[in-house]
Amino acid sequence: MSVQTKPKVVAKDVNVYYGDKHALKNVSVNIPERAVTAFIGPSGCGKSTFLRCFNRMNDTVDGARVVGSIQIDDQDIYDPDLDPVQLRARVGMVFQKPNPFPKSIFENVAYGPRIHGLAHAKPDMEEIVVSSLRKAGLFEEVKDRLHESGTGLSGGQQQRLCIARAIAVSPEVILMDEPCSALDPIATARIEELIAELRENFTIVIVTHSMQQAARVSQRTAFFHLGILVEEGTTDDIFTNPQEKRTQDYITGRFG
Amino acid sequence: MSDITADGLVTGSPTRIADVVAKSLVKRRAKEKRFRMYGIAAVAIGIGFVLLMFGTILNKGLPAFWQSTFRLDVTFDAAALNLPTRPVREEGQSMAAFQQTLYEWQNQVTMANWNGLIQTSLQKYLPDAKPASRLRALVSSGERFRLRDMVLADPNLVGQTVTVDLLADANVDVWLKGNIDRDLADNQYLLSPDQRAWSDQLYEQGVIRMAFATSLFTNVDSRSSPASAGLLGAMIGSLFMMLIVILVAVPIGVLAAIYLEEFAPKNRLTDLIEVNINNLAAVPSIVFGLLGAAVFINWMKLPLSAPIVGGLVLTLMTLPTIIIATRAALKAVPPSIRQAALGLGASRSQSVFHHVLPLARPGILTATIIGVAQALGETAPLLLIGMSAFVANVATTPFEQSTALPVQIYLWQANEARNFFEARTSAAIILLLAMMMMLNAFALVLRRRFERRW
Ligand SMILES: Nc1ncnc2c1ncn2[C@@H]1O[C@H](COP(=O)(O)OP(=O)(O)O)[C@@H](O)[C@H]1O
Ligand SMILES: [Mg+2]
Repeated sequence: MSVQTKPKVVAKDVNVYYGDKHALKNVSVNIPERAVTAFIGPSGCGKSTFLRCFNRMNDTVDGARVVGSIQIDDQDIYDPDLDPVQLRARVGMVFQKPNPFPKSIFENVAYGPRIHGLAHAKPDMEEIVVSSLRKAGLFEEVKDRLHESGTGLSGGQQQRLCIARAIAVSPEVILMDEPCSALDPIATARIEELIAELRENFTIVIVTHSMQQAARVSQRTAFFHLGILVEEGTTDDIFTNPQEKRTQDYITGRFG
Repeated sequence: MSDITADGLVTGSPTRIADVVAKSLVKRRAKEKRFRMYGIAAVAIGIGFVLLMFGTILNKGLPAFWQSTFRLDVTFDAAALNLPTRPVREEGQSMAAFQQTLYEWQNQVTMANWNGLIQTSLQKYLPDAKPASRLRALVSSGERFRLRDMVLADPNLVGQTVTVDLLADANVDVWLKGNIDRDLADNQYLLSPDQRAWSDQLYEQGVIRMAFATSLFTNVDSRSSPASAGLLGAMIGSLFMMLIVILVAVPIGVLAAIYLEEFAPKNRLTDLIEVNINNLAAVPSIVFGLLGAAVFINWMKLPLSAPIVGGLVLTLMTLPTIIIATRAALKAVPPSIRQAALGLGASRSQSVFHHVLPLARPGILTATIIGVAQALGETAPLLLIGMSAFVANVATTPFEQSTALPVQIYLWQANEARNFFEARTSAAIILLLAMMMMLNAFALVLRRRFERRW
């Protein structure tokens, strides 16, 4: 599949250091709009580090330093004038372990819109919550207990709640860091279906350690190794016709 | 038997291996059992000591809450008292002049023969007791002022007969409670043989009874009449100090902890601050007393023996505890909650105040209340800022002289009227412990309330 439209996110020569440790080396990549881009590679190769560059979550990590440029819609997100808080309203994130707030399901979803002032009247807020839960495929399961605890849900439901919470602020990009690694196969399948649906409205970047998952959900794949972007291309190409030996070794299970 | 190879490996058929495992299992179980026994023994010893301590204190202190008290029918005989009538303000008399006459009247009332009144009342029960002044000495010396105060408050009492409760002398209380051996040589008692006999007779007649010692709660310390020495001044002093600690140490400590834990960059300076806070928590409390004396009294010229100084010294002492415990409570909140909030675009302070603090609140509350309770029981630093002075007033502001509960305990246990004050000291300890337990129970209730489990 070729993506001819202008890329949504352009990363150029991104380097990340943790103190003296050079964790990510000269990575440049384009992320297409309304598509799923997967980052794969062995554990510790810098996938999460790179993902956290897109919403400047690395700013919150002690000792982390990011050099290089990342642009979203031609806007440099490392511009000193840009408030990372504002950026994170545009770039949502779903974490490895489901982390709902210890509050009600409703409050979980309503929190983002509330702090950004997206809804003032109660019915508006209710509409946002319901539609976000619907988009996350969770509404039917929880519609009778919106005011019960979000942490009382099953793992898969919690992760979908986190997705609903992220899309409630209508971000343009959603970052997912191994969103299924703590889930059973059935819950994983539900999330993968959901990702396929969300792709139509959002630009999605997903980190996964499962190559099958990357093959199933993504249109583009980037393979990382030891902090270096080894190869990047359409998912079909990467899995059927890798250019680099290391990529081939990895996807055929020879290391990783 | 299984074979054991040179390098200690067990080999052989599965049943043999199962044998070996079974054997090692016996050993492991024995070890586990032994360890459990040690644990139970340790807990039992701990509980034993606590019970012993509480047992002794309750055993000694509880009787002090009931005190030998006379119930007398006192006739306010006008002739015996020989009081002028209370002046009324005459027409055209200036306020100042009226105050003057009133003052003179009060003086005359004070000078009246109240002891005689007590003596006459007592003689109704023991007409043969001679000399009567020795009989009257069975009533605590300060109690005559109680009669005076009654008349000052209501001059119409003169001429009437009223039933009045008067505290017995401390030595009578000691004798009646059996806190002193009954077969010592005469010269070892502070009461004469006839006084001891009279006490017994009056007790049998029901004139002296054990009544609840309200004086313990309503009076301040007293030197001249130990029987009416109370804890009101000390309790008010402690209350003022607790208030100061809560108002000063808690906000400063909690805010400092939140800043250090959630906002401060992690660098050498904050590391240094952290180390120093930990060190401060380990500084002996008496050092804080010295510091308080130097800074608050010598330099800032705050009054000696005042709860304000005590409260500030205890604040300094409690701050590190509150900071450390609050930071621990904040650390216990999983980082994933902060990430979730930040990832949604919450600012750092929104993430802290909306999500982290509510989760840490039970821990912070407990930390705070434990810090305050610790301050409540602290004695050493208070001695250095003069709070061990004898104070016969109830402080109405934190700037007046006062004692504090733990200091009062320290003073009473050293009082020369040992037989009487031993029990009184234990009663004060019970009161202090009760206040601490109330604080802890309060902490528990708050914890339950805020700990909404989701
Ligand atoms: N907060 C951190 N401090 C120091 N080193 C880190 C930190 N986070 C990650 N690293 C290091 O950076 C490298 C990349 O980590 P990460 O991005 O988490 O890898 P991945 O997600 O691909 O498994 C690893 O070597 C890891 O040890
Ligand atoms: Mg990772």
